Amino acid sequence: MACRRVLLLLTGWSPAVLAANVNLPPPVTGIAQDIYDLHMLLLYITGGIFVLVFGVMFWAILRHRKSAGHQAKHFHENTTVEIIWTLIPLLILVAMAWPATRLILQQKSSAGAELTIKVTGYQWKWHYDYLDDGVAFMSHLATPQSAIHQVAARGEHYLLEVDQPLVVPTGTKVRLLLTANDVIHAWWVPQLGVKQDAIPGFVRDVWFKVDRPGTYRGQCAELCGKDHGFMPIVVEAKAPADYQAWLAARQKAAAANLEDPNKVWPLAELMARGEKVYTQNCVACHQANGKGIPGAFPALDGSAMATKDKPGHIDIVLNGSKKNAAMAAWGKQLSDTDIAAVITYERNAWGNHTGDVVQPKDIKAARGGKA
Amino acid sequence: MTAIDSALQPAHDTAHGHHAKPSGITRWLFATNHKDIGSLYLWFAFSMFIFGGVLALCIRAELFRPGLQFWQPELFNQFTTLHGLIMVFGAIMPAFTGLANWMLPLMIGAPDMAFARMNNWSFWLLPPAALLLLISFAVPGGAAAAGWTLYAPLSTQMGMGMDLTIFAIHIMGVSSIMGSINIIVTILNLRAPGMTMMKMPMFAWASLITAYLIIAVMPVLAGVVTMVLTDRHFGTHFFNAAGGGDPVLYQHIFWFFGHPEVYIMALPAFGIVSHIIPTFSRKPLFGYTSMVYATSSIAILSFMVWAHHMFTTGMPATAQLFFMYATMLIAVPTGVKVFNWIGTMWQGSMSFETPMLFAIGFICLFTVGGLSGVTLSIAAIDIQLQDTYYVVAHFHYVLVAGALFSLFAAVYYWFPKMTGRMYSEFWGKFHFWWSLLWFNVTFFPMHFLGLAGMPRRIPDYNMQFTDFNTMASVGAFCFGLGQLIFFANMLHSLRHGRPAAAKPWEGADTLEWQIATPAPYHSFVEAPDLEVGENGRIDAMHGGKHH
Repeated sequence: MACRRVLLLLTGWSPAVLAANVNLPPPVTGIAQDIYDLHMLLLYITGGIFVLVFGVMFWAILRHRKSAGHQAKHFHENTTVEIIWTLIPLLILVAMAWPATRLILQQKSSAGAELTIKVTGYQWKWHYDYLDDGVAFMSHLATPQSAIHQVAARGEHYLLEVDQPLVVPTGTKVRLLLTANDVIHAWWVPQLGVKQDAIPGFVRDVWFKVDRPGTYRGQCAELCGKDHGFMPIVVEAKAPADYQAWLAARQKAAAANLEDPNKVWPLAELMARGEKVYTQNCVACHQANGKGIPGAFPALDGSAMATKDKPGHIDIVLNGSKKNAAMAAWGKQLSDTDIAAVITYERNAWGNHTGDVVQPKDIKAARGGKA
Repeated sequence: MTAIDSALQPAHDTAHGHHAKPSGITRWLFATNHKDIGSLYLWFAFSMFIFGGVLALCIRAELFRPGLQFWQPELFNQFTTLHGLIMVFGAIMPAFTGLANWMLPLMIGAPDMAFARMNNWSFWLLPPAALLLLISFAVPGGAAAAGWTLYAPLSTQMGMGMDLTIFAIHIMGVSSIMGSINIIVTILNLRAPGMTMMKMPMFAWASLITAYLIIAVMPVLAGVVTMVLTDRHFGTHFFNAAGGGDPVLYQHIFWFFGHPEVYIMALPAFGIVSHIIPTFSRKPLFGYTSMVYATSSIAILSFMVWAHHMFTTGMPATAQLFFMYATMLIAVPTGVKVFNWIGTMWQGSMSFETPMLFAIGFICLFTVGGLSGVTLSIAAIDIQLQDTYYVVAHFHYVLVAGALFSLFAAVYYWFPKMTGRMYSEFWGKFHFWWSLLWFNVTFFPMHFLGLAGMPRRIPDYNMQFTDFNTMASVGAFCFGLGQLIFFANMLHSLRHGRPAAAKPWEGADTLEWQIATPAPYHSFVEAPDLEVGENGRIDAMHGGKHH
């Protein structure tokens, strides 16, 4: 494969070859298209400069060599030439800066957005909140650990697939408000021409307007810790009517899923739900076998916290660890039911057979009544 | 004249026989001779180059194909972090300081560096710092894993490996500041009569300007990592948004150091190449004066462009425009330098010994890095390329084919003067062609990876990126192998090389080639009287004693 690509590159620098994974992916927004075109312009200019300058150098190398019997001339300055080769690059730069400036101003003009979505980066997933429509969800990597560890086969969208994509309508100016919960992340979808850091304590905005329906994939672009490489972004652009249908379905489902906070759950149900929550949120550090990673992430299997100290266990999951910043305060991210389920799971999975059952109302109490 | 006389007097007094060349371990531990300290720096830099190189190969091994093969993501991040830190602070910077130590006094006719004992101290700070980085792999939580940029608040999350890294940076910072003070004072105060500033060799100019840059920005780096340290342990909230801090502030301070740092690693390379190209073209450097001004303007501009590393943090459009224009401007003086080198080669009488090959390789590939740099400077395009493999390709063209190739060129060029022996020309040329080939196989495909959408600092990737990653990994291992050729050539030639003439290069005309080979242990204990032309060309030398 690699050889074939190189051969292609050597045989022809045609746009078709440039498109085959060696250039920016096909743009689907006006901005991305402009970036693509500007980059091509720069590529031709810089390529031309390179060929020209080193053409001169290699000519000298061929002709002005001692082995060819060439005698050195002893000039060592020429003011005219020096002024010319200072001014010409300056003019070329101005020619580049002109379209670049126009594009930057365009990228920055997020006014007049028709849909606003708040995006929050977490270690290591994205949270999307449709501010005006009451829909919010977490978007996790959907590739199974077994594929990453080479046990299972890898699908086409390996590492670029999520459980719940961000859904947007086409032909609509969508504005994202970006922030982060823990460290700096960066939200990047190449085909949309959007990359923006998500920074804790700040809200930054970007905008895009997708022209045609489709699924567009990207990744977190700012090193954000252990699983930086495992927090993809998937955007699904739907025609406005389809988008409205999707939104209505989500709203209906959200209403139906509203859980009774006082429901008393049996152990088996909590375990099943807890395993799901654990797999989505905890497995990256504490590992599927609950053994953690010695020195970095503590084991849960057989630990004093997960077998004896129940209030301490609830506290650390809700409020995070004071000693280790890598342990997040999950109270801000998960519902009472999810937290109750995952704690119950951790106290009864692997070699932990405490038989403890933690109910959502226990979590509500631990929060001090505040949800 | 009187100032120089008095400065040289002590050296002159002690020089009459009772200062025999020390031997054994104390020669190195208590070294105050600039040549010994220079050698120590170079050996240290080479061992760090091997250490950092092994880390790079660990990275490339994991990226050979998709899926996690060898390392867990956390360890992978430690490799990328330490690879960067060690190559920058352990390999490239000390190597240039080592060369400056060795060659500056010989080039300007000084008896030694200005502060011989401080010189010892600035070197011997480095091994403990390297040790801290090395043992950080073994502490709970492992080494720092926040990237060489150590961005907060990620760096406040790490284990004690981060603290060790911060201390290592402090120590290396102190070392390089002291080294720089020495370089500045030596150049300003210890030039032999006749060696005026505007006649000085380009390497001296480049070292001088670099030393000023180091003194200006290393304290800034030390400050910002100290702020991380107090955020980690003493309850401050410089970078913690929850406590009213500002995570972006870290990046502003870091890159205020970081961008001049790029030129700290590039300007000495420019200096070296400005010696080698004229020597092997048998023709004086074209545009010496404009070279001096270009180097200075690059240094000054380097303080005004830092935020081009931060175009995706969400700056206002005006800030993006300012930093974009300022960054693009750097292309002008850099272009002048490239044109001057080609102007030097034009109508010369060139020959292509190993140093010349590396210097030409430097010019071509550094320019590739420069042109991709212009592309990156366009903020609108940078939005797509920031934090991708395109950036990785860009700065390896500048730092490997730039700084490293110039270092190889320098070592081959001055090896005869340092050791009194010639290296093997065949293996030197082999080393060059081998490195050139595999360097490009490794790093050129990374441009494509970045454009196609592969972020940097990830241990695993989608299959669409497989081909070029495999290619890069094969290239990296071959490139690494080639450096053993260099090592073997140097080691063998040190003992068994053909004895070198005082001036082994026909076109060499600076002061170091006017004295015996190998350079006497105490050179210029009495300052020579010089008639000097541009770029340190010696037209006549009177007096000057060595032993």
